Amino acid sequence: MRITTFLLVAIVCAALTFLAARWIGNGYVFFAGYVVLQYIVLATAWNILGGYCGYVNFGVAAFFALGAYAAVAVGKLVPLPLPVMMLIGGVVSGVLGLAMGYLTLRLRGAFFSIATLAMAVVAQTLMVNWAFVGGSAGAYSIRPMKTPLLGIDYIQYLFLLMLGLSVLSVVTARLIERSRLGLGFASIRDDELAAEASGVPTLRLKLFATTLSGALMGMAGAPLPLYVTFLDPPSAFSLSYAVNTIAMPLIGGTGSWPGPVIGAVLIATLQQVATVTISSAVNLLIVGVVLVGFVVAAPNGILGLMRSGVPRERRGARRAVART
Amino acid sequence: MTELLDVSGLGKRFGGFVALEGIDLRVAAGERVGLIGPNGSGKSTLVNCLSGTLRHDSGRVRFDGRMLDGLAPHRRTRLGLARSFQLPRPFSSLTVGDNLRVPIEYAMRAHPHAASIDLAARCDELLGMVGLHGRARAHPPDLTQVEMRKLELARAMAAEPKLLIADEAMAGLSHAEVDDILALLLRLNDRGVTIIMIEHIMRAVMQFSQRLVVLVAGRKIADGDPAEVIRNPEVERAYLGE
Repeated sequence: MRITTFLLVAIVCAALTFLAARWIGNGYVFFAGYVVLQYIVLATAWNILGGYCGYVNFGVAAFFALGAYAAVAVGKLVPLPLPVMMLIGGVVSGVLGLAMGYLTLRLRGAFFSIATLAMAVVAQTLMVNWAFVGGSAGAYSIRPMKTPLLGIDYIQYLFLLMLGLSVLSVVTARLIERSRLGLGFASIRDDELAAEASGVPTLRLKLFATTLSGALMGMAGAPLPLYVTFLDPPSAFSLSYAVNTIAMPLIGGTGSWPGPVIGAVLIATLQQVATVTISSAVNLLIVGVVLVGFVVAAPNGILGLMRSGVPRERRGARRAVART
Repeated sequence: MTELLDVSGLGKRFGGFVALEGIDLRVAAGERVGLIGPNGSGKSTLVNCLSGTLRHDSGRVRFDGRMLDGLAPHRRTRLGLARSFQLPRPFSSLTVGDNLRVPIEYAMRAHPHAASIDLAARCDELLGMVGLHGRARAHPPDLTQVEMRKLELARAMAAEPKLLIADEAMAGLSHAEVDDILALLLRLNDRGVTIIMIEHIMRAVMQFSQRLVVLVAGRKIADGDPAEVIRNPEVERAYLGE
């Protein structure tokens, strides 16, 4: 399938999703669906660095929350339309990704992952001490009832934006996968020394991956203040973002774009159902149990299960993740 | 013949340990040079310094009229200095064909003349050259040891190098397999590729080399005609003791 065809199919799927949600006619569907879409973006963005390049990033919350805080900070100065805010969040987190790349990409395996986790703690400490965006007391963002542009419910608008971002992320991921860049990423994941010896500019490619991955996460974070209406550091930097985001591609399969999407839809939907029927407290338990189950029974995720007729499919990707 | 590689006064230390000291080495275009030395004599360190994996501390490396000092490994590969690894390091999640696509896309296509090259044809040509016809869709873990070595050489050759440094491409192979790889290296040389062969298998080294260089404890102790070099008393002492 050519990328233009793929883009069209993705847009049609997104439109059908939106229409289906409207057809159900319950506002909560949008509220819950937003979280699922947000995780499609986060898991896909994570997979660009983690699945394609083999660098496991534990600092998801930092990129996500910084996108959200960028929106809060800019919103206090000039009220801008949300899509612009998302772009700003993307730029801020993209720059953070580039900086993190420069500082940490000489580290490999578990050391890289620990550094990203530490970066999330540092970012949270900075936000706690920045009074302008509410500091530890948090900041309120008042969500308008309706959008001026389309005249629809604001939560539907948020849903629609996140739907658009999901399409953007997935199309980007697939574009990378099929390109020269994807081949370079795979060579880095399998053997960085051999990649360099084959002419691959590994540092430049890795910086591109951290920047792109960070930017997409930041874009996903920017609408968060308006979605939750109250943002404080412990919730914005919650470790559960990182745990969920890493678990989803692992459950779905890290080798290619459907993996994170399948994982995100499966886990986030389960979590939303459990939040309503049981309690939001079981969310992490769900991730934990499903992840353990997959690691034991299907270490290549759902994609690996589906392709189990094809031996050695992308086994290297899993090995890279297992090393850390 | 013109000089392709010119190393002078190359030195490398790891803390207090002197791995290489004052290495001078000149290799002419089209030449076949054998590099031998006991374990720990600095052969692999020299390869790593030449290919850019390690930074040397002193001396200069000139390749094809350019100073290489401080250039990243991928830049050196693109300039035409390729290496194979002592232990094969294939991209194990990629197929054999994709393993070759990496250097074709990233190293060979960096040259302006190769922008329009047909990828699949080039891939087939390389596989044919090393005798891995029809294995393009296999995965490296399914290859035999000798096939893995061939893939390693094919991948190094995919970058269209001027100089190939083959770091123990035959270690652990059987007699017939050694001959196989040896013939392959000679074929590559016939096509105009300059080759530095690092090897412990003396039979192969003697058959292959036009010139033999001996490293002992980080210093070059001999350099010249292979038959004369191995009669050199210093070389004998290094290998056999007093």
